[in-house]
Amino acid sequence: MGEMREIQELLCSGHAACPGCIDALSARHVLATLGPDSVAVIPPSCMAIIAGPQPLSGMRIPVYQPSLESSAAAASGLRRALDARGRTGTHVVVLAGDGGTCDIGFQCLSSAAERDENILYFCFDNEGYMNTGAQKSSSTPHFARTGSTPAGKLTRKKNLVEIMAAHEIPYAATATAAFLPDLVRKVEKAKAMRGLRLITLLVPCLDGWGVPDDQGIGVARLAVESGVFPLYEVEDGCRYTLTGPGKTRPVRDYLAAQRRYRELGEKEIEQLQGEVDAGWERLLEKSGSDPRREIGV
Amino acid sequence: MKRVLLTGNHAVAWAARLARPKVVPVYPITPQTPVMELLTEFQAAGELDAEILTPESEHSVMAACIPASLAGVRVFTATASQGLMLMHELLHYAVGARAPIVMANVNRTIASPWAFWPDQTDSLAQRDTGWIQLYAESAQEALDSVIHAYRIAERVALPAMVNLDAFYVSHALEPVALPPQELVDGYLPPYRPEHFIDPGRGESWGNVVSQDMYYRHRREIGAAMDRVPQTALEADREWYRLTGRTWGLTDCYRCEDAELVVVTMGSMCGTARDAVDALRESGLPAGLLKVRLFRPLPAAELRETLSGVRDVLVLDRNFSPGVGGVLHQELRAALYGMKNPPGVHGYLAGVGGVNVPPQKIMEFARQARVSDAEPEPVWVR
Repeated sequence: MGEMREIQELLCSGHAACPGCIDALSARHVLATLGPDSVAVIPPSCMAIIAGPQPLSGMRIPVYQPSLESSAAAASGLRRALDARGRTGTHVVVLAGDGGTCDIGFQCLSSAAERDENILYFCFDNEGYMNTGAQKSSSTPHFARTGSTPAGKLTRKKNLVEIMAAHEIPYAATATAAFLPDLVRKVEKAKAMRGLRLITLLVPCLDGWGVPDDQGIGVARLAVESGVFPLYEVEDGCRYTLTGPGKTRPVRDYLAAQRRYRELGEKEIEQLQGEVDAGWERLLEKSGSDPRREIGV
Repeated sequence: MKRVLLTGNHAVAWAARLARPKVVPVYPITPQTPVMELLTEFQAAGELDAEILTPESEHSVMAACIPASLAGVRVFTATASQGLMLMHELLHYAVGARAPIVMANVNRTIASPWAFWPDQTDSLAQRDTGWIQLYAESAQEALDSVIHAYRIAERVALPAMVNLDAFYVSHALEPVALPPQELVDGYLPPYRPEHFIDPGRGESWGNVVSQDMYYRHRREIGAAMDRVPQTALEADREWYRLTGRTWGLTDCYRCEDAELVVVTMGSMCGTARDAVDALRESGLPAGLLKVRLFRPLPAAELRETLSGVRDVLVLDRNFSPGVGGVLHQELRAALYGMKNPPGVHGYLAGVGGVNVPPQKIMEFARQARVSDAEPEPVWVR
């Protein structure tokens, strides 16, 4: 066990997240690491529920809630206004979901990245529209069942970090609350940089994925250990670093822990294993890592 | 006061510069582009101390304008036609946020099919969003109106749109009196809102509200809108005191004893004045009522001006399918219930940028004099 960490609580108790929610847990640590000189931009999402309702606030920092598709543009406007007022040190932080990031909000995110706006963007990736009752987004993985893909999604998950890295932004990374020191280190690292920084956090949705209330962290851990969600960071679009443990488990272990994959056949499981293996190989190549060390042999 | 030759677009850019906005998100679109280009030139030359953002769309432009305004700084942008259409969702959002953004819109036809001609359907289709709307007839009026718009918008906490017709106003060169910076600084003191987003304050915006809170919020927006005519009149009077120029909420030309009054907005007003003169010479006592403030519509003023007039001829350079001309519809509603109301003739003149010379307006006026005023619009060209 690591040491208990004293944190500055900027997410208040009494918020409206589901019991065991990893979204809230992730936000708690993200906000604590950023500190109070921050302003959040939160589009419609589970996080918007956690941040409300009026006249209450779940967060001890100001929150602006934009329309679903405009987080990065809204954050840009807020950033420039704060700069004009001399508040250049204040962090402008987007806390968005994967639908608001990879689907409807993607156009303005790409533009903000091209302009290298000085904002810190977090995608709380629960792999679907969980706030509306679990429908598929472009971040829903292959074969996962959702309310709008009852027979399983037929196509693969959009790779947000790779797309953002291709914009050559200063920092793009993956993280998850299951590997908390890694998450905190990445937030601290991003916080110290300027320009558009993006961290995508894997957030198992207990209800949407079909996971017991006390297993959110366990499933996120399996996602990392199976190589489904590798922990890594990319600086300036070219310097890749693996930051997590190697791929030490079969994908099967990860799938078996979730109801959204409950009727998956052997053929699909093998296909997913192949996709994960290929993705892992590409990542090793980009990071220049020794594959033997990474897989722990 | 220094006089220079400016297009309507450049007059708008000068007005924006004089208003000292701190954030200017903007996206290019014909025929607004010269506004954007001149503002970026001002900034590059160190003459405009503003953050200029050039996002990927007008939608993102307005998305950036709103929280920038909520963060307590003056914001400007400009667009036209499709750009305004793309912003539509966020025009409502800006009003809900009570963000006093000022935006110039160059009135241009809406696709499809593609066209680039003067037509006011773009902004008139935004009449229910809650933006204050002014229509300018000339480059000078466009410049003055942008500056007025800040004063009005910031006093009532609602965004304001200044509209100018494509090409007729946006690209025509006219002598324009440029007010000195000190004059505008006195007229528009630095923007210091009571509420703004800042980590030092516990204020947020956009959180989910109850039915009752939403209801009260909408009523407050309505109350703010109700204060606009008086605020706009005060802004105009103060401008007159400082510059000697006045535009009013509406403007009457030879209306006193007129039996027929032409009612229209924007560049067509200049043409209509010539037609009024010629009609009077030919023996028809005609006048022009120019509507400058369209939202909110100054209904009381319109009723007073048009009281006792036999025929009102509305010239709409816009078209709302299923209704006809938007100004025609609005004016009929505004005059409803008057004792001895005028006959209101709604002519769709100039839709799609079709040219409307003075002779045509004279022809329409004579036609209206011998026709019954019907609720249906009349297509003319």
